[in-house]
Amino acid sequence: MISGRCAACKYLRRRCPSHCIFSPYFPPNDPQRFACVHRIYGASNVGKMLLKLPPHLRAQTADTLYMEAKCRIQDPVYGCVGIISHLHQQIRIAESQLAKTQAEIAVFNSIAREAQVQEIEADSNFFKNLLPEEITAAGLRSYGYGSPSTQTFKFN
Amino acid sequence: MASSSSYNSPCAACKFLRRKCMPGCIFAPYFPPEEPQKFANVHKIFGASNVTKLLNELLPHQREDAVNSLAYEAEARVKDPVYGCVGAISFLQRQIQRLQKELDAANADLIRYAYNEIPPALPPHPGLNPVQSMAPARSRPIQLSRRVDNQAGGFNYQQPLAFPLPYAFPWNENPSGNNDEGGSQDGM
Repeated sequence: MISGRCAACKYLRRRCPSHCIFSPYFPPNDPQRFACVHRIYGASNVGKMLLKLPPHLRAQTADTLYMEAKCRIQDPVYGCVGIISHLHQQIRIAESQLAKTQAEIAVFNSIAREAQVQEIEADSNFFKNLLPEEITAAGLRSYGYGSPSTQTFKFN
Repeated sequence: MASSSSYNSPCAACKFLRRKCMPGCIFAPYFPPEEPQKFANVHKIFGASNVTKLLNELLPHQREDAVNSLAYEAEARVKDPVYGCVGAISFLQRQIQRLQKELDAANADLIRYAYNEIPPALPPHPGLNPVQSMAPARSRPIQLSRRVDNQAGGFNYQQPLAFPLPYAFPWNENPSGNNDEGGSQDGM
């Protein structure tokens, strides 16, 4: 039936048999798909590759063959390997940026930790100098501790 | 056995094809006899005549890289007959997405530290002024996905990977001397 031929059999100008290996994956409404694949791999190689696989994997295989063939036509020197190389480069850049950002965060962390340590030491020195009877809420308030307006300490 | 153009032995292609390796054999410079598997893979996936056609359409200085990339693709397809190189691309795209998320989170942390977490009343650190030394936060995310999409013409295959890692490159990864910033490239 000539009108029912798949894109592959149309391209190859042959009868499309009932169990054509190409017809499920190269429909007649997308002739470019088979043309790309045929140009890079050849019909015979594509047929062999599809036949070696179980039927449930053939659709994905045809898709990936088409993608690779398209990449190779667009970039005859590197094909999709050019894309892989580019992605590797992007990953290196991203990892480098991430490392730099994490290093900056570490700097801020250490500043914050040091500030906390200084604050604790300041509090500790303050309490060391108090007489026991002064360590009461009223006593602390009289020293200005807890009052925002009087939080200036002199450290020895 | 007939000698190749290098006068030593037939190239791997002519050995595989069991034919005389003539001087000027198009395969001989790129398929040395010490690497028989390279041509075997390329022949299995692309076929000798398709490779010949591809090479004839290129300038001589482009052929070595073309053959190496074909060999890479062929090996990938032999190892993963369903996804081939596309599996590696999918894996790398997912890796970039993961890194982008990590970078976004790290940038958010950095901004939080820079603007919220260091009170101005604290005495300055002896070796560091926390305000002046604050590096500009990388608030602009690297436009990886956009760049990947532009580079690949919308290439985005979201299928699972048969096995996790891509393969070693047989050649320099920056053949056109691209800068490290990953600026726009013309098919590398």
